[in-house]
Amino acid sequence: MGLNRRDFLRIAGLSALAGLGGKTAFEILAPGELEASEVPLPKGVKWGMLINMHKFDDALTKKCIEACHKYHNVPNIGNPKEEVKWIWTDSFHHTFPGQENEYQSEDIEEMPFLLLCNHCTNPPCVRVCPTKATFKREDGIVAMDMHRCIGCRYCMAACPYGSRSFNWGDPRLAPEALNPEFPQNPDYPTRSKGVVEKCNFCAERLAKGEQPACVEAAREENEEAMIFGDLGDPDSEIRKALREHYTIRRKPELGTGPNVFYVI
Amino acid sequence: MLEKAIKGEKKYWGWLAFLLVLIGIGLAAYLYQFFVGLKITGLSRDVSWGFYIAQLTYLVGVAAGGVMVVLPYYLHDYKAFGKITILGEFLAIAAVIMCMLFVFVDVGQPVRIMNVALHPTPNSILFWDFTVLSVYLLLNVVVGWNVLSAELKDIHYQKWVKFLIYVSIPWAFSIHTVTAFLYQGLPGRHYFLTAIMAARFLSSAFAAGPAILILLCLIVRKVSRFDPGKEAIRTLGGIVTYAFIINVFFFLLELFTAFYSQIPGHMHPIVFLFSGLHGVDTLVPWMWTAAGFTVVALILLVVPSTRRNLDTLAVGCGAVIIATWIDKGLGLIIGGFTPTPFETVTPYWPTLPEMAVSVGVYALGFFILTVLYKIAVGIKEEAAGLST
Repeated sequence: MGLNRRDFLRIAGLSALAGLGGKTAFEILAPGELEASEVPLPKGVKWGMLINMHKFDDALTKKCIEACHKYHNVPNIGNPKEEVKWIWTDSFHHTFPGQENEYQSEDIEEMPFLLLCNHCTNPPCVRVCPTKATFKREDGIVAMDMHRCIGCRYCMAACPYGSRSFNWGDPRLAPEALNPEFPQNPDYPTRSKGVVEKCNFCAERLAKGEQPACVEAAREENEEAMIFGDLGDPDSEIRKALREHYTIRRKPELGTGPNVFYVI
Repeated sequence: MLEKAIKGEKKYWGWLAFLLVLIGIGLAAYLYQFFVGLKITGLSRDVSWGFYIAQLTYLVGVAAGGVMVVLPYYLHDYKAFGKITILGEFLAIAAVIMCMLFVFVDVGQPVRIMNVALHPTPNSILFWDFTVLSVYLLLNVVVGWNVLSAELKDIHYQKWVKFLIYVSIPWAFSIHTVTAFLYQGLPGRHYFLTAIMAARFLSSAFAAGPAILILLCLIVRKVSRFDPGKEAIRTLGGIVTYAFIINVFFFLLELFTAFYSQIPGHMHPIVFLFSGLHGVDTLVPWMWTAAGFTVVALILLVVPSTRRNLDTLAVGCGAVIIATWIDKGLGLIIGGFTPTPFETVTPYWPTLPEMAVSVGVYALGFFILTVLYKIAVGIKEEAAGLST
């Protein structure tokens, strides 16, 4: 940019005087660059995910988790009390409490169910957040502004899926032995202590036309393992798969409208 | 009026100095938490609220309980409470300040706390709790101060103060209702998800608040020449008795609903609290202690002779305070987060630094309470022509 200090101050000062604020100044100084919040969302899209458990084994779930946690710089704290996780696995009983029965096959009970934020249609976490740090985007993604989050953890109390993690300590100080080369992705920010975080359906990858990191990792092995797409489009791959398979969701009776579907 | 706070005996200054030491310890522990993070607490991903938020819950009740002297005096012209309404209002001030501090020490990014006001979010109950508590604090400060300074000048307080007093009465009910709504509207937390939560909160508040007030009145009688009056204390004893019986009744309703319906989600938290779940039984001795104190309190309060005797009434009130504190200041929050959304049990117990921070907040509350009561009692003594 061919601006000297004098011009910069003049433009910034004039914008401030006109009550336009920093945003406008930045538009003048760096035209064409939009703030993240201004990335246009495709109209009418409602993102959803289908997880076909028949296609998963421990190795594949591990690959998905690694892809996500590497991409988003989610550190391994090495202590279950303070752990931070965006996607992880658990048993049938823990994933779908109340639906287990004592005669169920061990295969199903021991399946490594992938758990993540359900990006609910009617999310309780958004309802309770006192600062709108957690909000719902038009495309259905339940997103977070970690600079606004005050760390009250009301969202963690409200989420019936245990999808949210809190940074009990400074994640940048996570044990080095467990986190070689942290942060692994310089393009994604690390977090500070004292804020909540969770899966964001890879909003930043979707903006670039890419699939979420876990879906991409799963589909490299098996095209049918995970399907991510537009629930608003009746002809989308995910809608076709939802017509073909019987699927279940976690705790649908709570009225949250989870948008992650499981084929068992 | 403030000069009353700086004229005191050695015992008064000694007590304040002792509280200052505790505040200092709490502050040091808080600074440690501020720099290291909330990892210094016993909280975890599964039990994400604990001792701090539980104290908030208990103290909102104490703050609301003050209305049990304000209401009979101003709405029913019950004269015996005229001398002690100020004690109820000043107790509410100290309690609300402690409530706010317990929220403050619980958040992970305290420097951003004003985001709650900068980005007001009416759909969040925490926003409403923040609002109703702030207004209740303001109401009690303005009302208490004006009524007391009018008494000092031997004039009647201004008319607009009366309006604020009338506002403060339903407002006291609102602060504890809103605090109950913090929890009772959360899907998937079975122990919280009950329509009777707000009613239970109010009944326990109207037992615990006046019980604390009775003990404070008895202390004031001992350490000063101001006598709140036996009749006032005895009537308060009656209020504590009714409120506590209703509180126990509401809890029994919870037990019936959970265990007659046999719905596992409703039973699990109660089983966890009273007999342990998945081998975790940290709260069991506490809950049975609360049950024991409940029985003691009921006997001492219901039997007329022990309720009318100030010594046994004091013991009964102590038992009410312990039982309601264990129920709300310990069992409610931990039980609400157990079992986890995965039907597992994650143990939680406050750590030493967490306790130190809490002791610091309580000490600050008692410091404020002592100074306010010193002022109030000084003016009461003067008005009664008892001062030297």
